[in-house]
Amino acid sequence: MTDTLHPRNPPTPPSPPAAGRPDAVPPSRPGVASRVLANPLLWPVLALVALLVVNVSATPSFLDVRIQDGHLYGNVVDIARNSAPVLLVALGMTLVIATRGIDLSVGAIAAIAGAVACTRIVGAGDEGAATTAIMACTIALAMCVLLGLWNGFLVSVIGIQPIIATLVLMVAGRGLAMLVTDGQITTVHNDAFSDLASGYVLGLPLAFLVALAMVAVTAVLTRRTALGMLIEAVGINPEASRLAGVRSRTIIWTVYVFGAVCAGLAGLIIAANTNSVNANSLGLWIELDAILAVVIGGTALTGGRFSLLGTVVGALFITTLARTIPNIGIPSEANYLFKAVVVVAVCLIQSPRARSVLRVRRPAPAALTAPKGSHA
Amino acid sequence: MKTMYEEPPVTAPRSAGEPVVEMRDISITFGSVRALDNVSLRLLPGEVHALMGENGAGKSTLIKALTGVYSIDSGTILVGGEDHRFSTPAAAQAAGISTVYQEVNLVPNLTVAENMLLGREPRRFGGIDVRAMNRRARSTLERLGLDIDPRSTLGDHPIAVQQLVAIARAVDVEARVLILDEPTSSLDTDEVVKLFEVMRRLRDTGVAVVFVSHFLDQIYEIADRMTILRNGRLVEERMVAATTQLELVKLMIGRELEVLDRLDRQRARTHEDAVPVLQAIGLSRKGSLEATDLSLYDGEVVGVAGLLGSGRTELARLLFGADTADHGSLEIRSHRRRLRSPRHAIDRKVAFSSEDRKAEGVIGDLSVADNMLLALQASRGWLRPIPQATRNRLVAEYIEALDIRPADPQALMRNLSGGNQQKVLLARWLITEPDVLILDEPTRGIDIGAKAQIQAKVAELAERGMSVVFISAELEEVLRLSDRVVVMRDRRKIAERRNEGVSISDVLEIIAGESRAEESPHD
Amino acid sequence: MSTLTAPVTTSLWDRVRGFSPPARFLPVIVTFALFVGMFGAGGVRYDGFADPQVFLSLLLDNSFLIVLAVGMTFVILAGGIDLSVGSVVALSTMIAAKTLQMGWSPYLSIVAVLAVATLLGTLMGLLIHYFEIQPFVATLAGLFLARGLTYLISVESIPITDATFSELAFKTIELPGGYYTTWAVVIAIATVVVAAYVLARTRFGRTVYAVGGNEASALLMGLRVAWVKVGVYAISGFCAGLGGLLFALYTLSGYSLHAVGMELDAIAAVVIGGTLLTGGRGYVVGSLIGVLVLGTIQTFISFDGGLSSWWTRIAIGVLLLVFVVVQRLMTRRQT
Repeated sequence: MTDTLHPRNPPTPPSPPAAGRPDAVPPSRPGVASRVLANPLLWPVLALVALLVVNVSATPSFLDVRIQDGHLYGNVVDIARNSAPVLLVALGMTLVIATRGIDLSVGAIAAIAGAVACTRIVGAGDEGAATTAIMACTIALAMCVLLGLWNGFLVSVIGIQPIIATLVLMVAGRGLAMLVTDGQITTVHNDAFSDLASGYVLGLPLAFLVALAMVAVTAVLTRRTALGMLIEAVGINPEASRLAGVRSRTIIWTVYVFGAVCAGLAGLIIAANTNSVNANSLGLWIELDAILAVVIGGTALTGGRFSLLGTVVGALFITTLARTIPNIGIPSEANYLFKAVVVVAVCLIQSPRARSVLRVRRPAPAALTAPKGSHA
Repeated sequence: MKTMYEEPPVTAPRSAGEPVVEMRDISITFGSVRALDNVSLRLLPGEVHALMGENGAGKSTLIKALTGVYSIDSGTILVGGEDHRFSTPAAAQAAGISTVYQEVNLVPNLTVAENMLLGREPRRFGGIDVRAMNRRARSTLERLGLDIDPRSTLGDHPIAVQQLVAIARAVDVEARVLILDEPTSSLDTDEVVKLFEVMRRLRDTGVAVVFVSHFLDQIYEIADRMTILRNGRLVEERMVAATTQLELVKLMIGRELEVLDRLDRQRARTHEDAVPVLQAIGLSRKGSLEATDLSLYDGEVVGVAGLLGSGRTELARLLFGADTADHGSLEIRSHRRRLRSPRHAIDRKVAFSSEDRKAEGVIGDLSVADNMLLALQASRGWLRPIPQATRNRLVAEYIEALDIRPADPQALMRNLSGGNQQKVLLARWLITEPDVLILDEPTRGIDIGAKAQIQAKVAELAERGMSVVFISAELEEVLRLSDRVVVMRDRRKIAERRNEGVSISDVLEIIAGESRAEESPHD
Repeated sequence: MSTLTAPVTTSLWDRVRGFSPPARFLPVIVTFALFVGMFGAGGVRYDGFADPQVFLSLLLDNSFLIVLAVGMTFVILAGGIDLSVGSVVALSTMIAAKTLQMGWSPYLSIVAVLAVATLLGTLMGLLIHYFEIQPFVATLAGLFLARGLTYLISVESIPITDATFSELAFKTIELPGGYYTTWAVVIAIATVVVAAYVLARTRFGRTVYAVGGNEASALLMGLRVAWVKVGVYAISGFCAGLGGLLFALYTLSGYSLHAVGMELDAIAAVVIGGTLLTGGRGYVVGSLIGVLVLGTIQTFISFDGGLSSWWTRIAIGVLLLVFVVVQRLMTRRQT
């Protein structure tokens, strides 16, 4: 396709990028140390490691893993298993946030998914059959696709701010879930379904494997197709993307649907964990944990570049934190306090203003008087 | 040319008296860019002073230096004879220097009176005395000859009225200097008349009014004196009445002594019977472009000349579907098309590179490679990624062909210089192999080497059969490259010439309106 | 100039006849009509619904929500959002219950609650303004913090047995016609009145609107943007504390699981009351009516034996949707 274009300059022999030109700014090829330091994953990983160190010093056997009943057993395995729902929700949230959006309704969607699946299983002719569970889960996820389409419609077609658009479903969603369960705590007896949360494959918890599989699928979907790049383009500069012909409406719609499906899967795992669904409490505040995981992972709430790996670390951090607090002898309810501290700390680390205040000790308000809009 | 003031001599100020503001030898440097270089400005009480210059001339920077938005590197600012430097716009305002910007900086959801008096509203018993506030607002408005209900909500008024309210707010404090930064760019003729009435009233009470506008006729109608800037330097201070429009345009555009390769290119063949690749018939949009016809043929470069605000950018945006036209139609290869979005235009092989590189072109946090491939990838859809091998080949080819530095496909776009960013954006569109390529100011603000390379590329593309629309404020560039020249002024096409023996002064004359009467019938 | 009309002299009768409310009051009027319509429909459909005492209990059962919605109105008008109010309510009930249990004077206890809540709000405001942290995230931290502090004080529910509190809770105010109300309602209504005055008639209040309308412009106009942006969160914190006290009166207990998700009700009431979620437009009175609409939905469902409680949430969601979409279409037309 480019044979119509001949370089005007005489072709120079192929050279390694930017090496041959004296005046070219050489792309940084820094040493290993500074490259590690510049890696955005550094801080989340360090934080996670620090948490583990705290745990090990409180309980030396914290990291021990043994084999029991044919599968792995230990704190680390538990953390992996428990992190699945947050990880899944955060995964979808990462893409939504990358487009400058946010999805507050994921907790409600998780509740609806759990409610639909459980009532389907209970209502089926053969409650215990594996096929029943699979059918029920499929229907639940199909329902989530619809809910995602709804959110995406409000955001991309009607043009409502994401936080407001998804607030609608956040408010109404639990009502819908109760409508499905008829307000009852629905209990199910289906081994295949409970395996989703407590089963093991190859010695590893199935829930964690499902979450990891979703991470892998997402990575392939965003990095092997052009979806990731287009999502980032829309998130970084919507107007430039529009002028380059990016169909941002389709992109935005896609991420909300994806976010809803992830939330649905999380809801199924949570329901399977207790073999029941309580529409009032299933996935309560999971949207907040998920947003926290995304932010810890280094994806900025202002959209743009996202890091799936960072989100995985963020989700593991939150789950580990929940485990750490009772482990070091603090009542587990204090978890919320630590989360608040983490939110503030992460935000301050990411805030350019906070950094500049820390760097130059000058009162911040002076800088605020400069008008933000430029008048060219 | 109608001027309102007959007698003024060429050099002496019309109004006597000491300058209320005098800026001497002001210099400001941003990074490595010298935005202002020893610029001086005098403002006398009771005059309308026009600040003239093209994009990047330094008008806004000068204004912001005066009002304390930017701090100056060297030079002195005298206000009422005393040395002053304002650290904030509020401090400048307290000293009687008020600014009204192009975008109305008021709050649309409050009333007119509140917008005029917020922050200094009359109070009674600790609360705002609404009656007194409305009364005071009404009297200020009346002083300016404006009949606006102070109790009405600002946002319910058209922009013109909001602009006038902004002026009323600015002069409610005892303003000695009122700076109007492009206040007329979104106003229609009647509204401009009203604005000028207010400006004259203020001038007659002794206020120094600084007026920035791209409309030459308006300058000649309202301004007494003017200061002309170019590329961050002072060109001249002049009496308006003693300067012809032609002189003014020459002073503003100037001539850069550039040593560029001569471009020897075969001018495109005549095409009496050829079918235009793109044809616009009566294309218009309220507030940005009046009905305009334009035909583009394969293999030719159509240069669009005109000052900022002449409608040159607006035309380009309508041709690309970045804005939608109110009236008129577009035919692409003889098929009538309605372009509702850039997407449609791209699918019809029309490409457009915006003048606003930063806001409308560059995706700063993505790599050079991603930026280059964005348009092609967008038209393929996300499910069909460009194969890695093709990606590498395309990117390497264009980095080489356009001499993009650093030649690193993974470098982040925001770390590139302006010229190299522009080349990446050019590559973005060339990769889509368009039939029509619209370039809006592709060489603005970039170094001379990159400029020559981009010009050469444009010539080469046309030779290969592409139809190029080349918009630039620099006439040399337009004339060097174009087969045809379209001249725009006051949001309309006023002339179209084959580029045969057309000289810069011919175009200048057309822009200045000297030969406008013969050129196109005036309505 | 065509856009500037000449002043027309009109007789009083002309003005009365031609009266049409300014467009800015329209959302509040619509909500009020909705409330009257719903209440009227209830009256037609169910016996005893139209009784004024039903209306009075509407106020009584939602007094804390009214106060929360008032604080939320300030925040939303200034272009922000406050997710922490539900948790702060829980924290307030807990502080009140715990301090009373420890034998503090009830007045000291009230002061402590209001001080802590206001301080929390102020801290969030400082984070939002000076560190440019999004309101959503900063108040999310506040949500976690307040809930965590509540758990830290006590996981179990603590009853309130203090005489002053009980008296305040149970003492009724006789109204003509045999109706009655309580002090909680009086406090809630007083809050609305004070807030309405502050928003309409003080420089602070008008600056709240200016900041919500266009923050950059407000800054260029030389207004005290920082003061207002931090101030609205302090006010919202104070209102959450006051709401928490009313909730403590209502339940006579402090509990860490109180008021879960109440921030959503407050936001919904504000939006249904006609306040633009993007800021700059709206009235406290609208929020009051918004709360009454939510309360009426609940009353409706409790009067109707056939409808289950979850229809409340669905109905609120639908109302929210309608208002948000209409707001969006209105603002789109203006731009």
